[in-house]
Amino acid sequence: MSLPRFGPHNDPGPDFAALLRLTGTGPETGSLGASAQHPQAPPEIPHGTTCVAVRYDSGVVMAGDRRATAGHLISNHRIEKVFPADRHSGVAIAGAAGPSAEMVRLFQLQLEHYEKVEGTPISLEGKANQLGQMVRANLPSAMQGLVVVPIFAGFDTAASRGRIFEYDVTGGRYEERDHAATGSGSLHADTVVKLGYRTSMARNAAVDLVLDALYVASDADSATGGPDPVRDVFPVVAVIDAGGYVRLDDAELRRRTERLLRRHRSRREGDEAGAS
Amino acid sequence: MTMPFYAPPEQVMKDKADYARKGIARGRSLVAFRYDGGIAIVAENTSATLRKVSEIYDRIAFAGVGRYNEFDQLRIAGVRHADLKGFAFSREDVDARSLANAYAQSLGQVFTHEMKPMEVEILVAEIGLDADGRGDQLFHILYDGTVVDEDDWVVLGGETEEISERFEEALPDAPRSLADGVRAAVAALAGPERTLTAESLEAAVLDRGNDRRAFRRLTDDEVAAILTG
Repeated sequence: MSLPRFGPHNDPGPDFAALLRLTGTGPETGSLGASAQHPQAPPEIPHGTTCVAVRYDSGVVMAGDRRATAGHLISNHRIEKVFPADRHSGVAIAGAAGPSAEMVRLFQLQLEHYEKVEGTPISLEGKANQLGQMVRANLPSAMQGLVVVPIFAGFDTAASRGRIFEYDVTGGRYEERDHAATGSGSLHADTVVKLGYRTSMARNAAVDLVLDALYVASDADSATGGPDPVRDVFPVVAVIDAGGYVRLDDAELRRRTERLLRRHRSRREGDEAGAS
Repeated sequence: MTMPFYAPPEQVMKDKADYARKGIARGRSLVAFRYDGGIAIVAENTSATLRKVSEIYDRIAFAGVGRYNEFDQLRIAGVRHADLKGFAFSREDVDARSLANAYAQSLGQVFTHEMKPMEVEILVAEIGLDADGRGDQLFHILYDGTVVDEDDWVVLGGETEEISERFEEALPDAPRSLADGVRAAVAALAGPERTLTAESLEAAVLDRGNDRRAFRRLTDDEVAAILTG
């Protein structure tokens, strides 16, 4: 590989996606999978589903279940849908698994590339806009069935608080004040979050809330996977605060999941005891 | 028909090399060395924003002396080279040697084919994966594309002979601590007549203890603490 050099007239600047286009090494715009010859994407490709994000008093919590489905089959029990975007932000993605993973990889590189070339990171708002442009670029594929709908969340170091952004398939970017959800189980998950949300929640309360939301979503949506203590599969949960992106380890998730299940059981037994 | 004056190729090359060396000698020098936790680079630089030392990739750093706009162009090209390679293959496939070769090719091309050679000297440093620093690499690349694989430490810029002499004398044997190395580097850069303060220095490390991205800049306060300590 030779050194990529450009003149002032065609220099891509800090834009990694533009660099890929100029050097001809990247995927063609808007055709991460589908093409004109295949007007409809096959229905049986893996899809990832439910992700939620909740703001708490010193940052944001993001979580995603671990199931990927292809048609009526479960294609993966341990897929991951929540990723660090950079030190102070994360991205959670629902939709066609292949294009989602590719978009995350490109997004991570885009942020790091900018930071290295310019010597300073992009603002949180700027990162959110960048992701919006990538979702927009995927629109032709989305029209053919390869939909990718992310949530972007992070700690705004300038404003010293957590912020959450939602997207639609056209790249429309909407900042949410407190919480967001995406994917097929998002309706159920979002309801749980809405009912349990308190302003200025503590970190632990927010983590328990997202675990509960994904548990309830998995109860009603076949494409959302519940926690599986037998095989040690728990949702991916990440906490982002001033200290940066931290993914919770399985030990903590197991403890919290077991407590969550106990709470659900005792509530149910309490109800039955009260009814009789 | 007019004939251009004849100049022997030896003379042309010598003139170009002299020109490049003169340009490089006008700027301030820098020193890089291995310490027990990784590789450190210390440069004399009065600007707090125009950097001489920068991050290229997870375990690779770049440093340049000479004309700022020229080595900064090379720095950006290096970031592009590394990020493209990491994207096309995998992160672990990005290495300093291939980057150093790409730089050498590019600098050699400019030196032989263009009117004006680049007035720069650059360093590509990489820390290895072994905890004992066996995989550490320092590539020193000259304005004409010459690559030198340095073993333990290197001086870039003008007056390299004097600075090297002073540095070799002051530098403790490996394994050495970061603080000892930085003090030796600053003393070597300053020379007997001057003292350099933290504000006129730029220092950064590739730290084996860091996460994926090993590169970290030392703040002025950190450097000042080392110099007074």
